[in-house]
Amino acid sequence: MEYKFSINNITYSFKDLKELLAKASPHRSGDVLAGLAAKDNKERVAAQYVLSEVPLKEFLENPIIPYAEDEVTRLIMDDHNAEAFYPISAFSVGEFRDWLLSYHATPEILKEIAPGLTPEMVAAVSKLMRNQDLIKVAQKCEVITKFRNTLGLNDRFSVRLQPNNPVDDPKAIAASTIDGLLYGCGDAVVGINPATDNPNGVSELLKLLDNFRQQYEIPTQTCILSHITTTMEIIEKAPIDLIFQSIGGTQKANESFGINLNMLQEAYDAGLQLNRGDIGNNVMYFETGQGSELSANTHHRIDQQTCEVRCYAVARKYNPLLVNTVVGFIGPEYLYDGKQITRAALEDHFCGKIMGLPMGCDVCYTNHAEADQDDMDSLLTLLGVAGCNYIMGVPGADDVMLNYQSTSFHDAMYLRKVLNKKPAPEFEKWLLKMGIFDENGNRQNLPESHKLISNG
Amino acid sequence: MDKPEIYKNEIQKDPYTQLRELSKARIALGNTGGSQSIKDVLQFQLDHAKARDAIYTDFNIEKIEADLSNFDLKVFKFKSKAEDREQYLKRPDLGKLLADSEQENASGFDIIFNIVDGLSPEATLQSAEIIEKLLPKLKEKYSAAISIVENGRVAIGDEIAEKLNGKFTATFIGERPGLSSPKSLGIYTTYGPKSGTTDEKRNCISNIHSDGMSTAAAAELLEFLITESFAKKISGVSLKSDLKNHKIDNA
Repeated sequence: MEYKFSINNITYSFKDLKELLAKASPHRSGDVLAGLAAKDNKERVAAQYVLSEVPLKEFLENPIIPYAEDEVTRLIMDDHNAEAFYPISAFSVGEFRDWLLSYHATPEILKEIAPGLTPEMVAAVSKLMRNQDLIKVAQKCEVITKFRNTLGLNDRFSVRLQPNNPVDDPKAIAASTIDGLLYGCGDAVVGINPATDNPNGVSELLKLLDNFRQQYEIPTQTCILSHITTTMEIIEKAPIDLIFQSIGGTQKANESFGINLNMLQEAYDAGLQLNRGDIGNNVMYFETGQGSELSANTHHRIDQQTCEVRCYAVARKYNPLLVNTVVGFIGPEYLYDGKQITRAALEDHFCGKIMGLPMGCDVCYTNHAEADQDDMDSLLTLLGVAGCNYIMGVPGADDVMLNYQSTSFHDAMYLRKVLNKKPAPEFEKWLLKMGIFDENGNRQNLPESHKLISNG
Repeated sequence: MDKPEIYKNEIQKDPYTQLRELSKARIALGNTGGSQSIKDVLQFQLDHAKARDAIYTDFNIEKIEADLSNFDLKVFKFKSKAEDREQYLKRPDLGKLLADSEQENASGFDIIFNIVDGLSPEATLQSAEIIEKLLPKLKEKYSAAISIVENGRVAIGDEIAEKLNGKFTATFIGERPGLSSPKSLGIYTTYGPKSGTTDEKRNCISNIHSDGMSTAAAAELLEFLITESFAKKISGVSLKSDLKNHKIDNA
């Protein structure tokens, strides 16, 4: 079906939903690279006008990738909950946006409609929302998950400790881990991107982190972010808390990652069997990021933000403990500068949250992007206000293995201070017990004899 | 006179600075009220400034040509379709394509050394040193030529090889600058390069810089790759070698 809109006697037409979504997207380099972006600002606004009048139902009737062609589409359609959708089923996208911002859309009601939302509906409405709208609605969505601690509570803010090392050196990893814990980081997970993804190496790293966790009775979970096939190979031998995988929003993107939905289901079932969580059994950890579908040429001419939201349909199937959008890692050809990175992060966070996912964000950039620490400070603060579940904690914001800049332990201290947020409750108790934080979340003066230091 | 108590600012030191010896990571920095001290903030700003400037530093073609002048090899010059740095960053597809040029097709070489600015033009100044170490060992067996390419990506070497009729390319390219390594060079080798060649058909030597791999070690590895590729008539993942520790980066 063709969509049309006129501004000053110029008629803009869009041949299908896919094109309409792409042209309505706020400007970013990746859509330009793909040849999908609006030609000029007027065409973009025309697309947004048209999109605002599209009924939500239309997204159910016209899948942007055919059902027969793509298993992510099949997942979206087969799992759609019509009952949850019913209360909003008469809305257009624009009406949905207005309703989300209204007092009627309470946290409880938002939770109820979540299973009725498809990624395309959510992507569509996000394209009509300004940054403040994305923040305001996301803040209403509290998504709580549990394994050895409780993540996502409104007054809490968590951190994945990321002690990466270019050669997986155990001593260097331990040093970064100790430093991070002593700055209150690691309640979301202590998670390493391994330099080499082989079963033996990954098993050794898993043992290292698990011994450390047990030795100091740290109420958190650990993870080596290896490929899911590596994890499955060692799942019966190595101490695996969480199963990690990068995911894409199309079947072909997932194939390019070497995975499919069956493999995710098998891994999820195996993870549940391990039964290692003390207080909950959210066992999956997913990473996503706008642009990965285009990068693998598996985007079906769908804009990068809509592709990203389709990842969230994949993620929600497996009740993850953590979902993380790695927003600025991909480079300037997808997100050119601080403005684009910021917008993308707020979109991803909102879209994930409203679909019921425990969203965290890797607030980050590479040296060839037009971005700097000030941009990251702003984004970090905005995400904190929006109620983001967690960020990364990297020593001095400089990841010496992946060669990009993320957020530091000090950045986490800053955010918790200015927004008066505490670590996950179980982890906070541990920090107090260990004399690392005081009741105000201030870092204590640590004696050289401190357990974590002297045994190190 | 001592400052009054409330104006005294003491950085809270971390009593485990010995851990810094174990890792290049920025650990045990201490803090002021949880935030980084000005010393650490400025160190980071300086490292970031070096990395940023590395991307926009001019590609010193005259210097490279002068360094190469002793080798008695034919030198060709090319530009990509990316017209400036901004377009180069936004449109990696254009950096892989040759701009229209007067350059005639050439008759054929065994090896073409492409020197491409990439994301760190200054890093390519190490290229001549590596070629110098290598040439005496190659001259007997192979004919070679050099091309210098502005605003190029790795894959532009394929089109150049087609134009110059080359059997094998070694593309020297400035890598994405890291905070600790703003001038890092990578070398990508391809046997039988042609337009549309994909990354799994290439081998890569990365991290060549003053604190990383030396030019001597790089020359040695490159010689090994050349010998292996010509012997087996392949390159890339199917060319099993002990180069596993050198990762392929998208340049």
